[in-house]
Amino acid sequence: MTDAVTVPPQTGVTAVVEPPPVGAGGGRTRSRRVAGARDLIIRSLVPVVLALVAGGVLLAILGRNPFTFYSNVWQGGIQQGSWEDSAMRAAPLLLIGVGLTMIFRANIWNLGYDGQFLVGAALITGLAPSLASTPNVVSLVILFFVAMGAGALWTIIPAFLKARYETNEIITTLMMSFIGVGVANVLVKGPFQDPTVNIPQTRVIPLNRMLPSIPGTRIHVGVLVALAAALLAAYVLKRTSFGLRLHVLGANPRAAAHVGINVKRLIVMAFLVSGALVGAAAAVDILGVWGYMRANWNPGYGDTVIPFVFLARLNPLALIPYIAFFAVLSNGGDLAASNANLSTDFLLVLVALILLFMTVIEYVGRRRDLGGSYLTPGLKKALKAPLFRRRGKQQQAEHEVAS
Amino acid sequence: MNILHFAAASNIFSKAVLTSLIAGGVVAGVPLMFTALGESISERAGVLNLGLEGMMLLGAYIGFIATYYVHSATLGFVAGMAGGAIGSVVMVVLCVWLGLDQIVVGIAITLAGEGITSVLQGAQFGTTYPRLGAPATAAIPGLDKIPVLGPSLFNQPILVYIGFAFAGVLVWIYAKTNIGLNLRAAGEKPEALDAAGVSVIATRSWAAMATGALAGLGGAYLSIVGAGVFTPFMTQGQGYMAIVITMLARGRPMWILFGSFLFGISLSIATALQLAGINISIDVINMLPFIAIILALLIFARRSYLPPALCIPYMRGAR
Repeated sequence: MTDAVTVPPQTGVTAVVEPPPVGAGGGRTRSRRVAGARDLIIRSLVPVVLALVAGGVLLAILGRNPFTFYSNVWQGGIQQGSWEDSAMRAAPLLLIGVGLTMIFRANIWNLGYDGQFLVGAALITGLAPSLASTPNVVSLVILFFVAMGAGALWTIIPAFLKARYETNEIITTLMMSFIGVGVANVLVKGPFQDPTVNIPQTRVIPLNRMLPSIPGTRIHVGVLVALAAALLAAYVLKRTSFGLRLHVLGANPRAAAHVGINVKRLIVMAFLVSGALVGAAAAVDILGVWGYMRANWNPGYGDTVIPFVFLARLNPLALIPYIAFFAVLSNGGDLAASNANLSTDFLLVLVALILLFMTVIEYVGRRRDLGGSYLTPGLKKALKAPLFRRRGKQQQAEHEVAS
Repeated sequence: MNILHFAAASNIFSKAVLTSLIAGGVVAGVPLMFTALGESISERAGVLNLGLEGMMLLGAYIGFIATYYVHSATLGFVAGMAGGAIGSVVMVVLCVWLGLDQIVVGIAITLAGEGITSVLQGAQFGTTYPRLGAPATAAIPGLDKIPVLGPSLFNQPILVYIGFAFAGVLVWIYAKTNIGLNLRAAGEKPEALDAAGVSVIATRSWAAMATGALAGLGGAYLSIVGAGVFTPFMTQGQGYMAIVITMLARGRPMWILFGSFLFGISLSIATALQLAGINISIDVINMLPFIAIILALLIFARRSYLPPALCIPYMRGAR
């Protein structure tokens, strides 16, 4: 009966940085604020740095030069106009990230992003040719809504099962994802296949029917759409009752029911919003970059976005720099991996390392909140011991004042 | 497979089709069976192992490598178990000992397993995929002469029989032994287990390790016997399927056995249908097991069961 797995994504919701209390003791407040900022920086950056270092060690073990690898990442991700490609890579990633942020806030796990993405992508590549007679703006808007609708539709069954029977949504979204991947392939190889080529792929959308680029750059306007979505999501989560309701549901479903929130409807809403944003990511990627879809194409954006959604503490604005970083890493990583004669799946390892280090740092940070430290007591003492011996009493006095 | 020589048969109920269906169901079902039995152990103890997919891949890769270089399938299976267990060490340390989020760590293990095995395979063999010879099978005298069932069920590598027996052993362990009781208590009411003087952490650790080893074994079977080759991402979501099978079977080993082979058959139905002269797109076939699961969930949603303390890290004295 009760197979509802209510998992607190501790990595996310619990660790909202408290605003420093405004009080008379100005110096103390400032030091607290400094400590808070230091905490934030440590928790946000250290996992990424550690993962890059560990990835470098792995590269060295594999007999590759990690410095060459990372400098290739820089070359292929930033230099000579490739930053524009990175920006375009960031657009779908950001939209998926925002979609996941919305639903993770409610403590619901939508892991079916691949299916939602591909079904949306397949539908719009198939529909685009039949909209050829409409003005470009109209057809782009229609295609956007089709992709969003497809993404949302693909979450309906998990949403229903979760709302009605409290069936574990991790499992159902994953299953729907696998089905979605299959459906996309069936569509691409079947009704949407371009009859003029032998390879199973859809017809190519002509360049003048795609998203226009921002004047002066090659970057398509989809990047702006993604940024706008992040801003809007931040506003919705922070300033609207819908955002608050999601937060209450995520923090405590029973409390949510007690304050009169229609939990079932909210669950379905959260799923729909999340799926629609993932669908929008598909629209941005197809209409902005690819213009067609090959069979068995699956960029797997969602898997790589998840760590950054958590690192950003389920905050859409904080997500932007992380996604920018990863877009550069992933775009340049393609070049670096092929130069190093490695599979690009090496990036998956980096992402997994970031996730692992993130949970560890989070754990250490939680202990610190409870009065502990980033270092275990013994290690801390060992590190501090020489200082104490040299400066003796003065240090002791400072220590007492501080505590 | 010499069954393929009978491909001329067009009747869907011909001997060749049925034999290949059941044999294919066993080949595809055994990895699921091992993995799902493993998952039933840790799920019972309150650890949801979303890293199963990664552990299967680690087992598949390491098992394949061992078999490839040492030419011993047995050693390959052992190496596969070790590979899966390595994956679950991460799970044990981070989730059981430190109490970190099981879902996040599980996703990380899956991603790491996918990435590492793909990278290592690429670094080692490039784009070539060396094959292993067919593994030795042991026919059960007498039984293997039964038409259809004989060649498909009773002429298998010894590991398959061990797997069947293991499901029986698990039934006994769950129902009759202290270990089974401890496992269940760790998942239902860890405080009670702690109060009874048994370490929840140790119980969960061993359960998670066993799960990893069994998932690794499932993966190794997949690469060594099932495919005879290791290709990146070769598990194709079977780790997740195993979780669902366990969930729907409510952790009961015999139901898991049954469910695994049902899904094994739906995985292998493509070959059988081709033998019967029916051409259905491979994508549709690949979707079938997942559609079956979704339908099963829609119909039996109320009957699936997970322990109450699943996914909740145990902290002594915490409320």
